[in-house]
Amino acid sequence: MNKKLTFAAALLAATVMGGVANAKQLVYCSEASPAGFDPSPWSGGNDFDASSRTIYSRLVEFEHGKTTISPGLAESWTVSDDGLEYTFKLKSGVKFQTTDYFTPTRDLTADDVIFSFERQWKKENPWFEYLPGTGWEYFAGMGFPDLLKEVVKVDDLTVKFVLNKPEVAFLPDLGMDFASIVSKEYADQLEKAGTKEQFTQKPIGTGPFQFVDYQVDAVIRYQAWDGYFGGRQKIDDLIFAITPDPAVRAQKLKAGECDIMSYPAPADIAGLQADANLKVDEQEGLNIGYMAYNTTQAPFDKVEVRKALNMAVNKQAIIDAVYQGAGQVAVNPIPPTMWSYNTSIKDDEYNPDAAKKMLEEAGVKDLSMKIWAMPVSRPYNPNAQRVAELIQADYAKIGVKAEIVSYEWTEYRERGKAKDRDGAFQLGWTGDNGDPDNFLFLLGCDAIGQSNYAIWCNQEFQDLLLKGKATTDVAERTKIYEEAQVVFKREAPWLTIAHSKVFMPMNKKVSGFVMDPLGIHRFDGVDVTE
Amino acid sequence: MLRFLLQKLALIVPTVIGISLAAFAFVRLLPGDPILAMAGERGVSPERYAELVVRFGYDKPYIVQYFNYIGDVLSGDFGISIATKRPVLGEFQALFPATLELATVALIIAVLIGIPAGIFAAVKRGSWFDQATMGVALTGYSMPIFWWGLLLIIFFSGYLGWTPVSGRIGLQYFFKPVTGFMLIDSLLSGKPGAFTSALSHLILPSIVLATIPLAVIARQTRSAMLEVLGEDYVRTARAKGLAPRRVIGLHAFRNALIPVVTTIGLQVGTLMAGAILTETIFSWPGIGKWMIDAIGKRDYVVVQSGLLIIALIVMAVNLIVDVLYAVINPRIRVQ
Repeated sequence: MNKKLTFAAALLAATVMGGVANAKQLVYCSEASPAGFDPSPWSGGNDFDASSRTIYSRLVEFEHGKTTISPGLAESWTVSDDGLEYTFKLKSGVKFQTTDYFTPTRDLTADDVIFSFERQWKKENPWFEYLPGTGWEYFAGMGFPDLLKEVVKVDDLTVKFVLNKPEVAFLPDLGMDFASIVSKEYADQLEKAGTKEQFTQKPIGTGPFQFVDYQVDAVIRYQAWDGYFGGRQKIDDLIFAITPDPAVRAQKLKAGECDIMSYPAPADIAGLQADANLKVDEQEGLNIGYMAYNTTQAPFDKVEVRKALNMAVNKQAIIDAVYQGAGQVAVNPIPPTMWSYNTSIKDDEYNPDAAKKMLEEAGVKDLSMKIWAMPVSRPYNPNAQRVAELIQADYAKIGVKAEIVSYEWTEYRERGKAKDRDGAFQLGWTGDNGDPDNFLFLLGCDAIGQSNYAIWCNQEFQDLLLKGKATTDVAERTKIYEEAQVVFKREAPWLTIAHSKVFMPMNKKVSGFVMDPLGIHRFDGVDVTE
Repeated sequence: MLRFLLQKLALIVPTVIGISLAAFAFVRLLPGDPILAMAGERGVSPERYAELVVRFGYDKPYIVQYFNYIGDVLSGDFGISIATKRPVLGEFQALFPATLELATVALIIAVLIGIPAGIFAAVKRGSWFDQATMGVALTGYSMPIFWWGLLLIIFFSGYLGWTPVSGRIGLQYFFKPVTGFMLIDSLLSGKPGAFTSALSHLILPSIVLATIPLAVIARQTRSAMLEVLGEDYVRTARAKGLAPRRVIGLHAFRNALIPVVTTIGLQVGTLMAGAILTETIFSWPGIGKWMIDAIGKRDYVVVQSGLLIIALIVMAVNLIVDVLYAVINPRIRVQ
């Protein structure tokens, strides 16, 4: 098979790449088809892998494998003292990709940056509805419609963002996928030709790879963009072989049909690790799986009851049985890899006897409750039904009867938001931008009815959140968030269950792949030795 | 014959209406919401949600939505996918050849093996061959496709390395599809090895997809043959001293073929259903996987239009089978 692939790569080089000898090819077995190649309308990780991280770039970028930001298309920036104006100086000479469907006549300018945001923001922009019913969920979800006052062109290479209020996470937000910079010149050309829909089918960006071809639900082909401002990639061809079943992905990796794969099934990891041709990288996921009590409903409105229930759950048993060791017990609402994680906080001790006693002291007898189990597998919780069963068994030991309920996925989340929701609700979160606020905001008073499934509004916690958002000093913010975690642990609106590990199996000939804490799969900087 | 055809065509109209109603209702009966599904885990603001409900026309009464949908379909507009924003018909056209190719090869395998196996089992009734064939057929019929597919992949692709794991052709072959049928396109591409690669990729998925129809066809052929072999005219043919091959091949089989052809026609529906799982396991970019994804995303437009198109195709095949049936058995035409 390897011989075949080598021959094939050479053949491809001769035919497709126009005679480049020994074209290097990397085949990535991805988990799902992208909805499209426009980096902004969709919100799935597989959409981002196929569009924003391969084809596009942003003003600022997350450093490889980290959540800290570094210059991207912007070479530098300044922030006004009041935190309301961010002025970016763009790199000069950044080229948009030249393909058989578009030849740019100019380099990147402030116009492209303004267009990239206004199309998601202003309803009068002709591109706002270019795809019927686009919600621009990420742009809206990160609060940009309220946050942005205006985006102004200072000169061709200088662009200024004016905000309505200070936002400490604004820079990391600009490193997110929805903030990818697209070509206004290309958009204008398509608008003129009346073929706007091509914008998402035949993408043009400034990123490390340019789009070659997409066979729906099967294969996406890219090639290294020679004019990439960050330098040409070591691999020539990047291929996504779309393979939805994780067991089949593992077989393809073993058979040499792909070089690297996403999301192995926990059961396959040992077999992949044992394969002499493969290596399996692993990393703590930037996520949390939790169970939120409805803190407005008796008896869960009492801290002692929530604490007692937390103490009744053997979390290590859940890690062993459900995460199959690929996770760690969660203590705080943010993962330990994140800055400001408070290491001095101790988890509630697993002690059914003490829990039972606490419940009795709180005057709770014959408690019956519901445990909500997500119907889908997520990186932060691979099997919520099983977790619910284990918690149910633990609760039984302290005399609490629990009934497990589940609904279809969108229905589940909608019902979970109801203020009169009955029972404890399992869910989780994966970080977007590496900022602690991106986790802690889930518990803010203004997130009730949206992401605050504990329906918990604690003024002390809320004040700390607001204080944290109002300052840019990292040391000061660290202190604030450490304190917020203390309040969280004391009040126990959630049972913090686990932070999962993420695995990335690949062939040993692959080098330079760095696992990303934000769960993105980036192939810039990757090499393949033949 | 013309009258027969017209009668059959007239029956199709109410069936299509029934199916369009069922498809329309089915997707709306599923719990979930297409706009929330589209928004993903980040959700969508209540204001934007309200806008989008109006934008997609989901604020209108169901009856109005249904007639709008039917009106669009009659004018050839099957709608635009809520999830991918691509035209449904375009997506269908891009993906259907893959399913058709897989289903055709699977059906050929099922017929070529199923019919002879059924005939031999009937002729050698009660023998070890009969019992073994029917035992295997029953096993095949009860086989969970998902498990069976993975088993074959692990053994033939993983352990023996004989067949590729998944996909339609080796990734080294890159050419623009002309017909959408990989076997044909690989030949047209003129690239050495492309056809062999496409063929080798077809082996496992077509075997998996053929398993259930093969079992059904073999069992149906056997029971039809047994019935016919007991008829007076077969006994007469034998008494005349005709060679057993002629008796079985001409007198018995031709008559036994009628229910078998019906069964084969009905297997088209089974193949479409089987394609859903087979395509998911083998990463086969066809309409089965497409429909599953659409249901998961509550993509109303794709589900209702996709189901309708698939149903129309199954009905067309059944119509062809009915015509064939009439060709084989002149009595049908008279009736």
